[in-house]
Amino acid sequence: MKKKDFVVRFAGEGGQGFLSAAQGFASANTTAGYHSQTFATFPSQIMGGPTWMQARIATYPIHTRGDELDVLVVFREEAFQNHKGELHENGVVLYDSEKLEVSESIRKLGLPFEKIAKSTGNARAANMVMLGALATLVNLPIDILEGFVRKRWGDVSRYGETIVPANIKALQLGKEEALKSSFSVGELELPSKPTYDQILLNGNEAIALGAMHAGLSFFIGYPISPATSILVWMQKYLIGKGKFVYQASSEIEAITALLGAGYSGVKAMTSTAGPGFSLMSEGLGMGWIAEIPLVVVDVQRGGPATGLPTKTEQSDFLNALNPAHGDVMLPVIAPGTVEECFYATIAAFNWAERYQGPVVLLSEHSLSERQQNIIRPDLSKIKIENRDIYRGDDEYQRYQSNKVSPMPIPGSSGSYVANASEHDGVGDTTHLPHRHVEMTNRRFSKLSLLEDGSYESENVDSNIVILPWGGSKGPAREAYDRLVKEGYSIGWAYTMFLHPLPPDLLSILKDKDLVLVPELNYLGQFSSYLRGLGINAYSITQYTGLPFKVVDLVEMIKEKLES
Amino acid sequence: MTKKNPEYDFKWCPGCGDFGVRRALEQSLNKRIVDLEEPIENTVVVAGIGCSGNLVHLLEGVQPYGIHGLHGRSLPISLGVKMSRPELNVVVVAGDGDFLSIGMEHIGPQAQRNLDVCVVVMDNAVYGLTKGQSSPTSDLGMITSSTPYGKIEIGLNPLRLYLTLGVSFIASALSSKIKNLADLIYQGMEHPGFAIVHVQSPCTVYNDTFEVLKGNKKKGIAPIAWDIPDDHDVTDWKAGVNLLDNGGIPIGLLYSSKERVTFHDKIQSEKLPVRDVEQLFNTYKV
Repeated sequence: MKKKDFVVRFAGEGGQGFLSAAQGFASANTTAGYHSQTFATFPSQIMGGPTWMQARIATYPIHTRGDELDVLVVFREEAFQNHKGELHENGVVLYDSEKLEVSESIRKLGLPFEKIAKSTGNARAANMVMLGALATLVNLPIDILEGFVRKRWGDVSRYGETIVPANIKALQLGKEEALKSSFSVGELELPSKPTYDQILLNGNEAIALGAMHAGLSFFIGYPISPATSILVWMQKYLIGKGKFVYQASSEIEAITALLGAGYSGVKAMTSTAGPGFSLMSEGLGMGWIAEIPLVVVDVQRGGPATGLPTKTEQSDFLNALNPAHGDVMLPVIAPGTVEECFYATIAAFNWAERYQGPVVLLSEHSLSERQQNIIRPDLSKIKIENRDIYRGDDEYQRYQSNKVSPMPIPGSSGSYVANASEHDGVGDTTHLPHRHVEMTNRRFSKLSLLEDGSYESENVDSNIVILPWGGSKGPAREAYDRLVKEGYSIGWAYTMFLHPLPPDLLSILKDKDLVLVPELNYLGQFSSYLRGLGINAYSITQYTGLPFKVVDLVEMIKEKLES
Repeated sequence: MTKKNPEYDFKWCPGCGDFGVRRALEQSLNKRIVDLEEPIENTVVVAGIGCSGNLVHLLEGVQPYGIHGLHGRSLPISLGVKMSRPELNVVVVAGDGDFLSIGMEHIGPQAQRNLDVCVVVMDNAVYGLTKGQSSPTSDLGMITSSTPYGKIEIGLNPLRLYLTLGVSFIASALSSKIKNLADLIYQGMEHPGFAIVHVQSPCTVYNDTFEVLKGNKKKGIAPIAWDIPDDHDVTDWKAGVNLLDNGGIPIGLLYSSKERVTFHDKIQSEKLPVRDVEQLFNTYKV
């Protein structure tokens, strides 16, 4: 039987160029009609340090990066030792025989990548030799990779005339060397080309595109891993009349500038990660009390303080929900896939405009670095909302009602004060007890405008339901599918709208004996919130800085089901 | 909006310098309405936290838009207003604790960018609203509730700081000379770039410096405030630095350079065509 999916991991040192080779490999395969998903992890440094990247190629849509490796490509001894344990029993190690020796009796193929590359006249084609050999191990037609080479380096004016033929030669040589060995990890089934249009991008690119489509015109952000690529993208593409993009001098400057921009009538956003999000606390509190629409993207990384800048974790949920002192509870949307990153960002803007306040978009490192093929969004089907603007005369009481009220825009009549202190109808400071009660109630009541989030549910007649959030959706989904196949009676529920939860989903969950929440943090943050809502939720946690593996999650869920 | 809400109960203490600053700001805004035929709704007053910040609620007559923001953050809030809506007239009102202590980090970046806002700093060299603690501009050795044995830090010279950071319009004023102050604020609002009007606005309760500033002949006290001479070249940065070497508090326009382009006129990407999402999707096409 032919294989339907295939997992390869490239491991070595940062700066060896295999990250882009691996991305090219995934890209070439999606062009051929396969589905792909990549995963990368690296230390917080530019050159050197243990780095690895994984690509999963399949004939069907996939949810995760894959657990076991069909091929492990290594460029140094340490990488081999660290990763060999994750090889599938039929897996093959492909290694650079000039850099390390593999003496163990496992399936292995050592080639002098650079030496072979030099014979093509381009010593830098070592990665092409490697890809040629790799493709051959799974009987992947070499013309898929040749097509990639022509597309990537085909611009003669930029790359010259020799690179394409040299790289194609290198692919061929890699293929020939691999054929000399008798190894195969099984033939990969040929893909059926999808009938719909697709795009291939990572989570941060999807967020940036979503924001642009939602009507973003003011972006300010401070460089921080793993959110920086959103700032860089915005600097390049959010251009033209009326668009402002800038690198802030700090996250405090970024959030407070958003307050000024949101107040002035434009759609404004910043992107950051945990440490920057912590600095934004006070500004987010002001956005809430002064009722200013804005969107903050928190691409979560690991740990408190500086923590783990380049690893993944889902440990900012409680901080996103209650980022500031005083009575504040912000709307939180957490995408779980690259595709959801796009739609979640648009939803975040719609929510911010509708309830007139800050919305937190909670992404995570694993999504920011994940490249995935998704169905090209049909923009004509997406609803874009804009705030209700005040168009009346002067003497307007902007805050004088128990629900959301039209917002005056500077330059037109209806002047008022947006006040970080508790205030009366026109925004002037007040300390009257009944006013604080009225205004607090007003702010919380606006959250009910946001109860339109969508959700997924399957087998929810079952007494036990799995409810992952964010990037743990993929592993949880594959774990769920396996458990159902094995005969376990469990249900599936999922939403990216974490606060407020879709009311129908809330009532489903309240009825369950047990709601299992796989999440990447120590505290079990999402389940503690769910228990506060009257749901018997129990977290399955991991805090290694890496995403769940499906096989581990299946075991942890079984353990809980059987206890 | 012209009428104030009766619920608002904040009051400045009798004799507070901030009364004069308020009057001067009202006069300069009214002058814009008359001379420039600009509607009051085109002005946004961004206030920090402290006695000074309450000015945004205490303005009398026609009401501009206002933001009463966070302690120290009036400048970046004003950046958000100005850079999203460059056609608006943006005025920042802040105190010395607000602007020069917690908010100090924001002055340098705006000076370097030449953000086109006008800041009115009300300096009383003390934290008034929290009942009299020392501030960056309090003198060395000053006794306050937080420095019972004398202030250990030397007093900051804000005018020298602004010159050093590259602020493109710097004026110094007294809250009691309202006409002169109104004129400087008007000029600051008209200045194309980052303007600071630094006002000596004494606190009559915790640090009454009226007499020190203006002197008292009967008591034989010489004034520390002195008028910048008419022949001072305001475009000469070095002349501004030298002037400060005379000590005391110079009053008037210290420095003004219109040579630098404003922040919003520097944004080159504004001139490029807007990118289309469909067109960008094509670059990610499989």
